[in-house]
Amino acid sequence: MTFLTLIPFVGALLVALLPSQRAARTLGLAFLLGALAVAGAIALTYDRAAGGLQFVEHHAWIPPLGVEYFVGADGLTVMLLLLTTLITPFALLSAGPGISKLQVTLILLLETTLLGTFTALNFIHWFLYYELSLVPAFLLIRSAGTQASTTAALRFFIYTLLGGLLILVGFLAIQLAAGTFDLIRLGQMGASLDGLLAARFGGPFAGLLVFSCIFLGLAVKVPVVPFHTWLPDAYTEAPSSVSMLLTGLMSKMGVYGFLRLLVPLFPQRMQDLATPLLWLALATIIFSAFNALVQTDLKRILAYSSVNHLGYCLLGIFAVAAVPLGAPAARAAATNGVLLQIFNHGLTASALFCFVGFIESRSGGRRGLGDFGGLRTAAPVLAGLMGIALFSSLGLPGLNGFIGEFLIFSGTFKLVWWATALAAIGLFVTAVFLLTLIQKVFTGPLPERWAKFPDLTAGEIATVAPAIALMFLLGIYPQVLIALFNKP
Amino acid sequence: MILTATFLSAFAGAALILLLPERQAPLARWIALLTALTGLGFASAAFVGYDNTPAAPHFQYLTRIPWVPSLGISFSTGADGISLVMLVLTGIIAVTGVLFSWNVSHRSRAFFAFYLTIIGGVYGVFQSFDLFLLFVFYEIVIVPKYFLIAAWGSTNRQYGAMKLTMYSVAGSALVLLALIATYAASGAHSFDLFTLADPAKVHFAPAFQAWAFPVMFIGFAVLAGMWPLHTWAPTGHVAAPTAVSMLLAGVVMKLGSYSALRVAMTLFPQGLEQWRMVIAVLATAGIVFGALVALAQKDLKFTVGYSSIAHMGFVLLGLMTLNLAGLGGSVLQMFSHGIIGGLLFAVVGRMIYDRTHTRDIAELGRMNLTKALPFAALTFTIASVASMGLPGFSGFIAEFTILSGSWKAFPWLLIPAGVGVVITVAFTLRALQQVFFPSGEPSADVHPFDPITFPEKLGALMLIAATLFIGLFPSVLLDPILRSFHSPLMQKLLVEVPK
Repeated sequence: MTFLTLIPFVGALLVALLPSQRAARTLGLAFLLGALAVAGAIALTYDRAAGGLQFVEHHAWIPPLGVEYFVGADGLTVMLLLLTTLITPFALLSAGPGISKLQVTLILLLETTLLGTFTALNFIHWFLYYELSLVPAFLLIRSAGTQASTTAALRFFIYTLLGGLLILVGFLAIQLAAGTFDLIRLGQMGASLDGLLAARFGGPFAGLLVFSCIFLGLAVKVPVVPFHTWLPDAYTEAPSSVSMLLTGLMSKMGVYGFLRLLVPLFPQRMQDLATPLLWLALATIIFSAFNALVQTDLKRILAYSSVNHLGYCLLGIFAVAAVPLGAPAARAAATNGVLLQIFNHGLTASALFCFVGFIESRSGGRRGLGDFGGLRTAAPVLAGLMGIALFSSLGLPGLNGFIGEFLIFSGTFKLVWWATALAAIGLFVTAVFLLTLIQKVFTGPLPERWAKFPDLTAGEIATVAPAIALMFLLGIYPQVLIALFNKP
Repeated sequence: MILTATFLSAFAGAALILLLPERQAPLARWIALLTALTGLGFASAAFVGYDNTPAAPHFQYLTRIPWVPSLGISFSTGADGISLVMLVLTGIIAVTGVLFSWNVSHRSRAFFAFYLTIIGGVYGVFQSFDLFLLFVFYEIVIVPKYFLIAAWGSTNRQYGAMKLTMYSVAGSALVLLALIATYAASGAHSFDLFTLADPAKVHFAPAFQAWAFPVMFIGFAVLAGMWPLHTWAPTGHVAAPTAVSMLLAGVVMKLGSYSALRVAMTLFPQGLEQWRMVIAVLATAGIVFGALVALAQKDLKFTVGYSSIAHMGFVLLGLMTLNLAGLGGSVLQMFSHGIIGGLLFAVVGRMIYDRTHTRDIAELGRMNLTKALPFAALTFTIASVASMGLPGFSGFIAEFTILSGSWKAFPWLLIPAGVGVVITVAFTLRALQQVFFPSGEPSADVHPFDPITFPEKLGALMLIAATLFIGLFPSVLLDPILRSFHSPLMQKLLVEVPK
């Protein structure tokens, strides 16, 4: 575990010390692939029959503060490690050979903090990585070099930093009440934590306040509507390869936070607040879908679409928390759906941003919906491959997006039918805006100026080919992932 | 002896430099560097050699030589974990300060002699356990400060130097008054801290404590930059030459907070109890106002100067919590801010101002500094991130521990202190953004500034390494610090908070 986290870090140091720009990309890629290999080995050696936490490393770190060096992995973690180590080299490659040494270094650093976040099991240890990830992300967003990207990066930084502070305050209260930062132990306390908080701070509101702090902090990160306002600008203004990391991986830190920090610690409160929480998830799904519908900038559409897809994850999480007992099959379906959706959205959304990056590099930065048309004839390979990714995002059976959303919907329908019914509106609108996108960009008459629109190069095809192959593999045989978090 | 060697070597170095003949003046900086390294070596050796096992005595390296027996004054030095942490900090700042003064050529002998005198005085304060001796060292620091700023300073240096000295002298006068009163009231015929602070030997009437404590505490706290008596600090820091701003922010302000803890609080626990809330509120006000004022500055060095007020507010708030987390965090914050504040002043004063001759934030923003001075940009970014309190750097653990302690003691102060943290993030980001990453297309022409020299790089790397190391392994300092609060001298400060 520690080894895995250290690989990209060492890579970042070496790349930073390299004298040449050209070698930076190759060396960075080598380290990212090394991390992928280690993550793959972890996934293969993870004992599925035993399940639970494995690869645990537990050392004292700052005993007086209750801070420990505590890492380990369960099925969810293993899946996220795979996703992280897959998407990061994908993003690095998609940026093309023009990527600067600084950007390679920052991408490697970002991967370190991501891997750290997903493996750390002591709150402070987790928080260390969670907050530090903001620094490379901030610098990467503004590496686009435009005025707008500077503003967007700053907004992203401030929003998520404030969110992080709220989480910190929440956990400080928890530590004072329960005496530990150990996320696993806190999870085991579960229901009794509320009582401890009430006893320590007097009054039943203490638990609610702490819950709200942590919830808000994570809600900004995912994001949950109405705490999403930093996101469209950040995703749009960042270079496309960075948007891939933001949507594919950094948003997962928030979802992971819900699963690791909030749900296990406050099962009772999640249940009590299920209705408002579900409404928030619905707002996220529906609002972002309609917003995507009216946008004309390709990246902005994808940004809202990303929020929309994460909304399904939240819907599943909240629905399962709403009905803690009974309907085991439906709960299992929804949970599996959420976990699959995390992976699938990471894969599909980053692939889509990658394609938009390709288009942008050919159109001189244009990415308006009305700027294009008929690209199918000029660039058939691009149209075909991006079409696959779009259909995966839309949830076409046979591709990866379908199975996750299907499981979420079929599970949540038995748990809270009304929310599921309303969420279906989002599903419908998603189909509309994604099809509109395909239509406006790829079909119709080809404008004169795009007559020589170059198709994908062999290198670009090689970059996206693994992602496309995975979409098919997971669409047809999702069992490879499902097996990770279900005992045989 | 290893402890006393720290300040003896500093004074010896100062004397040696003064003896240098005129034509050998360039040697002064080498002597200063060697002296500072020697001091750091002794301080580190003392830190490493400190026996931290539970059975070992809390105070080690004790030296006690009668000095003026008729008045009960003795030369008494020693160290516990708190002293040692401060001594190591002094060593680090002393060495890096010389590195960042490598370009001083105007009357360099006098400069380094004064500089080493201050260092010697600071070493002395952190190990004195005789109040008279402590006060002597404390005063040794003040006079050379004036000359260093007035003769080698920059903007408004006469005014800054005078204001700083007046405040310091006024603070010392309060301390002296309280010391004499304490000596008289105790009837113990001794300036020995261990004797005076032992309730079994000396009893101070509550009525006496009620006024002696605030007089002494405020006297010390002036030097620590306690709001609203802080205004000397930004002006003085700005006027001072780089190495002296580093010393001021890095260690001299800590003399105030250290002495307030070591002397005022241990002598008068009952007085402390009465004034605790008032001081905690003032400390929090310092956090919030320091940060707000920093947010409004147009001058980069003033921004850093006011940030010191905010960070020192955390130190004072931590002291008032009277629980282990708050007190321990407070000492850790003294160390942490010493390093980070020193680094910030080094970048702003030496790396940037000495080259650009301006500190105006807007003007600096137009100079395309990221291209012109990439190392300065990188260092300032790291220092800013550390100053904001991002995890992984020493500032996070320190402020986090203090907040955790003050939550137990003053839950109602948590909100303003939290707001202070947020504003700190805001002004640090603002300065970083406007100076190094200004919005708009950067101008293509890059000013031809002198490249960053090797001593500057070395100094910056030392400080960055220190804040990172402590950020990742705070136990190295925290264990001896926390242990020290269980000594007979400090233990009585710990108050169990009623639930």
